Amino acid sequence: MAKHVAIILVTVLLGGLLGATLIRFAPGYGVDEQELDARLSAGSIEALRRASAPDENLFLFYGHYLKRMVHGDLGTSRTLQRPIAQLLRERLPDTMKSVGLGALLGWALGLALAIPVAMSRAWLVDALASVMAGILLCIPVAVLALLFVLTRAPARLVIALIVFPKVFRYARNLLVRSAALPHVLTARAKGLSHAGVFVWHVLPLAGAQLLALAGVSVSLAFGASIPVEVVCDLPGIGQLAWKAALGRDLYLLINLTMMVAVVTLAANSASDLLGGAFGRSEA
Amino acid sequence: MKWVRRAAIIFLLAVALACVFAERLAPADYAHQFRDIPDAPASAAHWLGTDDLGRDRFSRVLHGTRISLLLAPAAALIASFLAAVVGGTAGFVGGALERAVMSGTDLFLSLPWFFLLITVRALMPLNVSPITSVIITFALLGCLGWAAAARVVCADARSLKNSDFALQARASGSSGYRLLRHHLLPNLRPVLYAQFWISIPVFILTEANLGILGLGVSEPLPSWGSLLRELEGYSSVTSNAWQFAPLLLFISVVSCFHLVVLDRELPA
Repeated sequence: MAKHVAIILVTVLLGGLLGATLIRFAPGYGVDEQELDARLSAGSIEALRRASAPDENLFLFYGHYLKRMVHGDLGTSRTLQRPIAQLLRERLPDTMKSVGLGALLGWALGLALAIPVAMSRAWLVDALASVMAGILLCIPVAVLALLFVLTRAPARLVIALIVFPKVFRYARNLLVRSAALPHVLTARAKGLSHAGVFVWHVLPLAGAQLLALAGVSVSLAFGASIPVEVVCDLPGIGQLAWKAALGRDLYLLINLTMMVAVVTLAANSASDLLGGAFGRSEA
Repeated sequence: MKWVRRAAIIFLLAVALACVFAERLAPADYAHQFRDIPDAPASAAHWLGTDDLGRDRFSRVLHGTRISLLLAPAAALIASFLAAVVGGTAGFVGGALERAVMSGTDLFLSLPWFFLLITVRALMPLNVSPITSVIITFALLGCLGWAAAARVVCADARSLKNSDFALQARASGSSGYRLLRHHLLPNLRPVLYAQFWISIPVFILTEANLGILGLGVSEPLPSWGSLLRELEGYSSVTSNAWQFAPLLLFISVVSCFHLVVLDRELPA
């Protein structure tokens, strides 16, 4: 547990330093658009330049950045002219809802198809699900979201369709491999039911690895949230990141990326810990 | 499954050939506007109709496919080269260097790919010439897409370094350079080939997503991203079905790449 917390902390600090470096050395840093206003006098422009003068030293700049972050001040969005912390508070719940629902539905669909394929060799289900997963893997998320808008389907389901093919393919291969092991075949030959074989012999072998995939699917769902929210006009942090990218609002972008990285790292750590606990309990 | 793989390769070769001869096959230049017939339906003169600016869609599909099919492998080459250098060095040297490099790779992988990509893309100027935007887009994909491949290469280099034939070569007096040049690099080649082929469809899909969001290749140069962006203007799926031809071609090409790498891709 302590190791995982340390990894998250180191990632945030190193990622923050990288972000601060990008912001500090990005073209246009420390230049205020108001300087282009022809009505301003030379004195006013000089005052503006002094006010937005950058810290010369990167580490000093990063120190100030961290100090403000500890006090809950993530800076102000240049494009939206609003505090970043406030923007995150408003938009994060919507994205979490989309990502959570999408990941959950994707997993449910993936497992619902992978388990019968592995346990009862349902070749028709296998063929149909494999083709469906294959096609979904070939469609860009943004196009899928556009098709959902055209057909007036609920946009949040797009994330489920992005998570589903990865879960299905991974779970199918893992379960098929586990189901073909000698002791599982022996249990089946002795007359144990499909459900019994799955619960007592296949799941204990595959459970830990399946849990490891859960963390990855959170990262996948967050990545998909950008095109989905942009195309479907959902007011989440994916849409915010896109607006920030178009407006070159680096402060906002770096904060968003770091925040999403913390969430995905926490999800990965949680799935690692759960997988480890599962493996130990089965051993 | 060999015949499916062969069919996929033949299809990809046919598409690549059509793109090579795009100038001869295309009825018009990709940027030429037929201003009197914008949004025209499919006809003998314009096989896939025209877009909202009156440009021949078939010509744009051919040129767009050429750009994506040429530059996605180029980006995959950059990513595979970086993976070979980073992962290969870490695996070959081992010890503290390997731990440090792999921790860095893990940190890199923990950042969500698309968030990282648009952050770095935003650092680059957005108002650039179309050619520059193509180079920026695919160079970024290549430079940011190495981490997952580096992990695989590192694990393979480590296991090769500790293999019996490498131990025997070392015992026979082979220097580090000779071991690397004659024994490890030739054996790393299949892994690097696999990573190269796996990266291509990933980069094609990512470029398409970036293009649809307006962060990819800029107009008037066509790419699959900008071609698929046209779908935004449609009101329903059933009207003007020919307008979905670029999407069908896109799905077919990416499916074929997946089929080509299928046996290397599946984890279990």
